[in-house]
Amino acid sequence: MTAAGSTWPRRQVELSLDGETVRVNEGATILEACAAAGIDIPTLCYLETLAPVNVCRVCVVEVVGARTLVPACSRKVEPAMEVLTDSERVRTSRRMVLELLGSSVDLSYAAPEVTEWIDRYGADPSRHGPPMRPSLAGERDSARAGHHHPSDGTTAATVAQPVKRDNAQYVRDYSRCILCYKCVEACGAEAQNTFAIAVAGRGFEARISTEFDVGLPDSACVYCGNCVAVCPTGALMFTAEHDLRASGEWDESRQHVTRTVCPYCGVGCNLEVRVQDNRVVRVTSPLDHDVTSGNLCVKGRFGLDFVSATGEDEPGGIGANRAE
Amino acid sequence: MDLRVTTERATDEERAAVDAVLGAATTGWAGGARSEIDRHVAYGGRAAREAHRDLLLPVLHSLQEKVGWISKAALGYLCARLDIAPAEAFGVASAYELLSLEPMSQVVVHVCDDIACIARTGSDPCGAVRAAHGPPGEEQGGLSWKPSPCLGHCEHGSAALVQRSGEGGGRATVAPFDGAALERVATSVAPVPELGTSAPAPAPASRAAEMALPVALVPQASSDRSSLRLLRRVGVVDPTSIDAYRAAGGYEALRRALSLGPEGVLSELKAANLLGRGGAAFPTAAKWSAVAHNPVRPHFFVANADESEPGTFKDRVLLETDPFALVEAVTIAGVVTGAERGFVYLRGEYPLAEERLEGAIAQARAHGLLGDDVMSSGHVFELEIRRGAGAYIAGEETALFNSIEGLRPEPRNKPPFPVDRGLFGKPTGINNVETLLCVLEVLSIGGAEFASIGTASSSGTRLFCVSGCVSSPGLYEVPLGTTLRELLDLAGGVRGGRELRSVLLGGAAGSFVLPEQLDIELSFEAVRSAGTTLGSGVVMVMDDTVDIAQILQRIAQFFRDESCGQCVPCRVGTVRQEELLERLSSRRPLGSVQAERALLADLGTVMRDSSICGLGQTASSAIESAVAKGLLASLEEVS
Ligand SMILES: Cc1cc2nc3c(=O)[nH]c(=O)nc-3n(C[C@H](O)[C@H](O)[C@H](O)COP(=O)(O)O)c2cc1C
Ligand code: SF4
Ligand code: SF4
Ligand code: SF4
Ligand code: FES
Repeated sequence: MTAAGSTWPRRQVELSLDGETVRVNEGATILEACAAAGIDIPTLCYLETLAPVNVCRVCVVEVVGARTLVPACSRKVEPAMEVLTDSERVRTSRRMVLELLGSSVDLSYAAPEVTEWIDRYGADPSRHGPPMRPSLAGERDSARAGHHHPSDGTTAATVAQPVKRDNAQYVRDYSRCILCYKCVEACGAEAQNTFAIAVAGRGFEARISTEFDVGLPDSACVYCGNCVAVCPTGALMFTAEHDLRASGEWDESRQHVTRTVCPYCGVGCNLEVRVQDNRVVRVTSPLDHDVTSGNLCVKGRFGLDFVSATGEDEPGGIGANRAE
Repeated sequence: MDLRVTTERATDEERAAVDAVLGAATTGWAGGARSEIDRHVAYGGRAAREAHRDLLLPVLHSLQEKVGWISKAALGYLCARLDIAPAEAFGVASAYELLSLEPMSQVVVHVCDDIACIARTGSDPCGAVRAAHGPPGEEQGGLSWKPSPCLGHCEHGSAALVQRSGEGGGRATVAPFDGAALERVATSVAPVPELGTSAPAPAPASRAAEMALPVALVPQASSDRSSLRLLRRVGVVDPTSIDAYRAAGGYEALRRALSLGPEGVLSELKAANLLGRGGAAFPTAAKWSAVAHNPVRPHFFVANADESEPGTFKDRVLLETDPFALVEAVTIAGVVTGAERGFVYLRGEYPLAEERLEGAIAQARAHGLLGDDVMSSGHVFELEIRRGAGAYIAGEETALFNSIEGLRPEPRNKPPFPVDRGLFGKPTGINNVETLLCVLEVLSIGGAEFASIGTASSSGTRLFCVSGCVSSPGLYEVPLGTTLRELLDLAGGVRGGRELRSVLLGGAAGSFVLPEQLDIELSFEAVRSAGTTLGSGVVMVMDDTVDIAQILQRIAQFFRDESCGQCVPCRVGTVRQEELLERLSSRRPLGSVQAERALLADLGTVMRDSSICGLGQTASSAIESAVAKGLLASLEEVS
């Protein structure tokens, strides 16, 4: 990079990470300092292409002298900071965060690291009791702020609810939603600027929603799938992938990923097309691709089905969504 | 961004409610008539979206009040007017309890069922209304009721907020409130003048009682007035007259502040060692100085009048009985911190306070004490009220900024702190109402004199909201350092000579103290070393008839209901905490009682250590203190 100003050497900050002195650029986060020092910090709501929202709290670390733990993903380093990334306090909080998520959300499609962290920190979601019955369709969506049905405590409340399937491109399975805000950021000012979805409601009844929970075809959604691309838990998923997983046919050994350039326009977005049994099951773009930062439009994301068209397929796609 | 709003057309009534705040739509783009030029100009985009987003909450209030709910079509129209995406506006509206996104009865009565009312009037504050009117939410004759968290009228031991929509709509508080009071509200469902917000309507019995003399509110006002400083005008100076306020010495502090200049005021505040009364005990001088000296412009100043901590009613009393004092104090804050625009963020459940404050601001403006030449000093200061809509979390300072800005009332991560990036991302000072009234006192007696009141590290007097099982509940003012025993004696001791079981200090976010701790000094340092807090000045007395387990369950329910839901420790932790207390009270522990104890401690630890804001960080505090002090019988029996 040669842009004016960025050629100056950044000022360095010296701090201590688990007793080792390290120097990093001023303005770096603790997470970046840890990455440089080879210290592994779990993260769920963090993504390098989005502004940190620091809501999941699985990345907390201890700053000696601070009253509370701090989120590594967003807290900037300060000179002489003493950071502990694996103290008893840190381990307890991470264990509990994972327990709280594990006892309320279906994490079975989350990245394999999540299972590894659950083991590493000894999280035991079953301590909170057997899961409560799933909510009925629309139940969580109509919850009023400040009011909830009292529980008798014998079962643990969860976000389990029916899958939302209202368009051909992707499904929303909010039983898997950890409310990491990534999809909202990707749909909003961080990438797509469409603002089709936002967090609604409050407390445990907070949820990702369109206005009045209207279906995506009635919302502002343009089916760019940028929300699907950032979702860490499989709550948002290509319909093809979702259905293969549901029927037990999802099989990574039968898949291959082809890196190519989107055929539709001249922007030159790189695509990674995942195919199983000659069918496109997922399309992404690399996060570090300097044209897309992982984002695509509807054509590149969902418009490649023609490669496997046999002529027997039902007419589907975006236009079909609008017909009620 | 291309705005996509519903094609359903808002009714004339809905459009009028939105236009009442925004004025008529002037372009086709914003939902008005399409003119020739509209075909060639795009008015939207980021600048348009950010320019008036802070009007979102006022518009939502207007719809709620005039139409009774916010429909899809109404939301679409207001989004077109404000250039806000409907999903975002829905996300904001759905975070507030007093806004409805579905049709509701014309009159909704919110009945307090929170801890102070439980402690004072027995285990089921909603019993009478349930018996008379059936279960919550059921409409009968245009009226329904629902339980509500603390409404800030704890001195009465029962209270209700009446929300009425449509013609003559508005809000009013009824306290005390019983089944008969509901009858009164129910039978007068035809236009009720008493529910108008600011029209000079005939005062209902309850409001007249409040206006006459707040003896019930401030018991000291009828006995020992000499000890009153912050409360000295209560009940003797007409809260609706600026002349009366000035005759009683009002606006002398502003005059003194103008002659001292900002640096002079800052050094008085420093000498006074004034600590914030909003809960965190932060030094006011340091906060003001950081804003005043911040080179980034503009600056803002906010008075935090969102008072929603269960058991707290001090700011309401101050605003209802002495509203000019707050206006004067915020003006001083604006002058000193270099803010030309200030806001009072007022709890939506406080209609009388709003009426009084609106009157005070209008009179101050008319007398040249607000506006573009404050007291002929050349200083500019404008002050406006922003009304909350039923969300405890909106009292947290950064959530409050988001609320004013038209975003969801979710706390921001700190740092950056408000003095660097506060309201609209600019340097902002924010103080609690009581803190601001202390500033007047500092200026009138001088910083050194102020510091001589109280203890060495806790200067000045403090307001305590004494509620529950005492002979004379109400608002008390005593020097910091007064013992809890002395305060309880002032309030006449435990009602009916019963046995004291415990005192909840600091509210739902505070902690329990036992009868043997009554000699504890009520100062910041003494309570801190005793592991408790003064918080918002709540002193809730519980005698041997109060079911502490029920109080703890209500506290757990409160935090679950009021969590903004942003971070995992609080969003899920408050749910697990409530479930655990339910299991304990029904004697159905999961595994052993020992295991439940460990789980409760783990939940407390993660919420305290890893939540984003003070709500989650203190959501286990009262419960853990009760457990530590052996007040939870179900944990004691087995282990
Ligand atoms: C959940 C929560 C709710 C709060 N509610 C209020 C409130 O209603 N009024 C208030 O003055 N401060 C409230 N605070 C404290 C404010 O964040 C802030 O510290 C205070 O307004 C600063 O004023 P002070 O310096 O005068 O104390 C709340 C804090 C939290 C965490
Ligand atoms: S597909 Fe694109 S437009 Fe639709 S919700 Fe996701 S990010 Fe928003
Ligand atoms: S749907 Fe996915 S990306 Fe969106 S908040 Fe939930 S888990 Fe995060
Ligand atoms: S602690 Fe609770 S109220 Fe505060 S940000 Fe987290 S979820 Fe919201
Ligand atoms: S990764 Fe830091 S809070 Fe989620």
